[in-house]
Amino acid sequence: MGELRLMKGNEAVAEAAIRAGCDGYFGYPITPQSEVMEYLMAEKPYERTGMVVLQAESETASINMLYGGAGTGKMVMTSSSSPGISLMQEGISYMAGAELPAVIVNITRGGPGLGTIQPSQADYFQAVKGGGHGDYKMLVLAPSSVQEMCDHVKLAFDKAFEYRTPVMILSDGAIGQMMEKVVLFDQIPRRTDEEVIKQCPWASTGRPKTRNHNIITSLDLDPAGQERVNLKLQAKYKLMEKNEVLYEEIQCEDADYLFVAFGLSARICQKALDLARAKGIKVGLFRPITLFPFPAIEVSNVGNRVKGILVVEMNAGQMIEDVKLSVGCKVKIEHYGRFGGIIPSPDEVVNALEQQIIGGKS
Amino acid sequence: MTEQFAKPEIQKPENIVYKRTDLLVDRPLSYCPGCGHGTAHRMLMEVIEEMDIQEKTIGISPVGCSVLAYDFLDIDMIGAAHGRAPALATAVKRMWPDHFVFTYQGDGDLAAIGTAETIHACNRGENITVIFINNGIYGMTGGQMAPTTLPGMRSSTSPYGRDVPTMGHPLKITELISHLPGVYYVTRQAVHTPGNVRKTKKAIRKAFELQKENKGLCFIEIVSNCNSGWKMTPVQSNKWMEDNMFPFYELGDIKVDGKLVEAAK
Amino acid sequence: MTEEIIIAGFGGQGVLSMGKILAYSGVMQNKEVSWMPSYGPEMRGGTANVTVIISDERISSPIVNAYDTAIILNQQSMDKFEKTVKPGGLLIYDPNGLTRLPERKDINIYAIEAADEAGKRGLAKIFNMIVLGGFLKLKPLVAPEYIHKGLEKSLPARHHALIPENEKAIELGKELLQAIHLVN
Repeated sequence: MGELRLMKGNEAVAEAAIRAGCDGYFGYPITPQSEVMEYLMAEKPYERTGMVVLQAESETASINMLYGGAGTGKMVMTSSSSPGISLMQEGISYMAGAELPAVIVNITRGGPGLGTIQPSQADYFQAVKGGGHGDYKMLVLAPSSVQEMCDHVKLAFDKAFEYRTPVMILSDGAIGQMMEKVVLFDQIPRRTDEEVIKQCPWASTGRPKTRNHNIITSLDLDPAGQERVNLKLQAKYKLMEKNEVLYEEIQCEDADYLFVAFGLSARICQKALDLARAKGIKVGLFRPITLFPFPAIEVSNVGNRVKGILVVEMNAGQMIEDVKLSVGCKVKIEHYGRFGGIIPSPDEVVNALEQQIIGGKS
Repeated sequence: MTEQFAKPEIQKPENIVYKRTDLLVDRPLSYCPGCGHGTAHRMLMEVIEEMDIQEKTIGISPVGCSVLAYDFLDIDMIGAAHGRAPALATAVKRMWPDHFVFTYQGDGDLAAIGTAETIHACNRGENITVIFINNGIYGMTGGQMAPTTLPGMRSSTSPYGRDVPTMGHPLKITELISHLPGVYYVTRQAVHTPGNVRKTKKAIRKAFELQKENKGLCFIEIVSNCNSGWKMTPVQSNKWMEDNMFPFYELGDIKVDGKLVEAAK
Repeated sequence: MTEEIIIAGFGGQGVLSMGKILAYSGVMQNKEVSWMPSYGPEMRGGTANVTVIISDERISSPIVNAYDTAIILNQQSMDKFEKTVKPGGLLIYDPNGLTRLPERKDINIYAIEAADEAGKRGLAKIFNMIVLGGFLKLKPLVAPEYIHKGLEKSLPARHHALIPENEKAIELGKELLQAIHLVN
């Protein structure tokens, strides 16, 4: 078993990056995720593993530093919170287009605009449906505990390199700020430059006489060429849909009703599930862990066995669209959400289940 | 392409006295005839060839006329988003500290949309080389006003000439960044005459040598023409550049060995 | 066993660190824990609170709206959290600076004169450990040896010399506890 610690979600992300063998972190302070860079700076990863940590002048610079570092085959990460992630969308689109591996952590807060610094899940659409310009997707992971914040960093790097794609960890201010027990995985050594060159023959690492020059770009002025780029990306996303879906089912076997929730909302629903079952209401919980690819078939399988589904999100109703697309229209599907930084309590979730689904009102 | 450019007798190796560097890809440039970019590309590649650092060089191309620079320069390159080349170069250099890293940027890219990235990379003293082509106009998008467009100079978005009270002053970004302590060597050159070409190549060589010594950021502005955007013949545009650009953007060293050159100008 | 605790007071009273030491001690005793702070401008306004959950099972929601125990160290927190204690639950407060004392009759209420005593003994910095001692007397969720380990893990190495002093403060807290109102 690895090292046991009590850590904030933000700290776990930072420690996991060091341990995963990350080569560079580039970030800009924003609440509620500033602990990521603070932790990294305090830990001196440049002494521990040789990892570079740099405070950039803006999120725009951070994401483009990420783009540069990723273009050379290195393992790079940034983190930010909603407004900062909005500012990064251009760079994320470029990285998707240029097929670059990188990890982007979004510790979301309430919006729109400057919004609030309290937790929210209102960036679901932005993360899952593209966010920047052009037809692209990212693999999106939604951790619901500090342990997953740690584990998902490693997973995100693995998948980023496997698919040559940016991967987003979509968390929120509450999971970033809260402390839980976490078992840290052991240090993975950073790759040597020779290993990077070997693993990433596509990367711009300096042209030896033995190969042609490598070009990292998202530009192809020839429409036929650009269409080929798009087709390649779409094929990649299809492959992710086939192979990378992650989800968790809790007490779904005998369930009459179903909560569908991700991240912090899923934790709240778990408590609501206990409260509801204590009242004799048989409810289960379906938690998508990958938001893209969305566990469409899996949620449909469970969803079509129950009498009604309550999708609980800290937003005005975003993931519910994917649940409806997956499950179809035979089952009643309603949304319960709080927004602007308000976290729904387990009691109000049970109440919503009784009112909107069981009671039949909406 | 090989068919089209079949080598005549005169190009037999034993007959060659002067040739293009092998580090320029054998394909036609996308630049307008008369434009300075091609010459600037060539000087840059000659330096890399002479220093034998092709395998250790990573270049960052911008958005602008030289967006396709990576098609002509036979080195590993990354194409940046508009203005962000210094941010990319920062990370590339930090990730590969024993490599030579440069950005190649135009005036809109470096001095308008990318001003923040430019200033902060300079201020951090990143050990990179910045090649800044200043032709006072947005060439690629069709001749719009640039941050470096001279007062009174016409462009498609200042059709009656740059009106300073409403459009602002031209930005001397090179002088601006020369005051930052992270910047070690700053010079302004041109590539429109053989003499200027030689000086430019010397400056590029110097910048790369200084990069090897981790002295800080080296910044080379090349004042160039845009005969298409300026609506002139190449010859006219070079004359216009000498008469109008050079008095405002004066050629010569601005900062050497980390010290500002005598501000007598 | 699951214990849901809110600790609330002024910033600077060591509310968050008390919660962290308690949570870390729980981790050392192989319990499941969560520690969820209030953060942001709320804290700059002077109040701070943290929800600590210690359990033998996987913790579902780290956010709850009713608590087994409320540890209350200022008036704003009393006004906000007295009503959130579950019936039959526990409320511990320091009367220092309070203008309105707790009024509920369906919960167990204890006072602890921690601020006063800490002031007298020059222990202001470990006032929070006195309060923690009071709580641990009533709810010995974590054994003393694990509290010791929790202190080791929570405090930076340069403060480890102060651990015995912290432990003494915990013992002192156990003595200072006064029952105010008991349900049964």
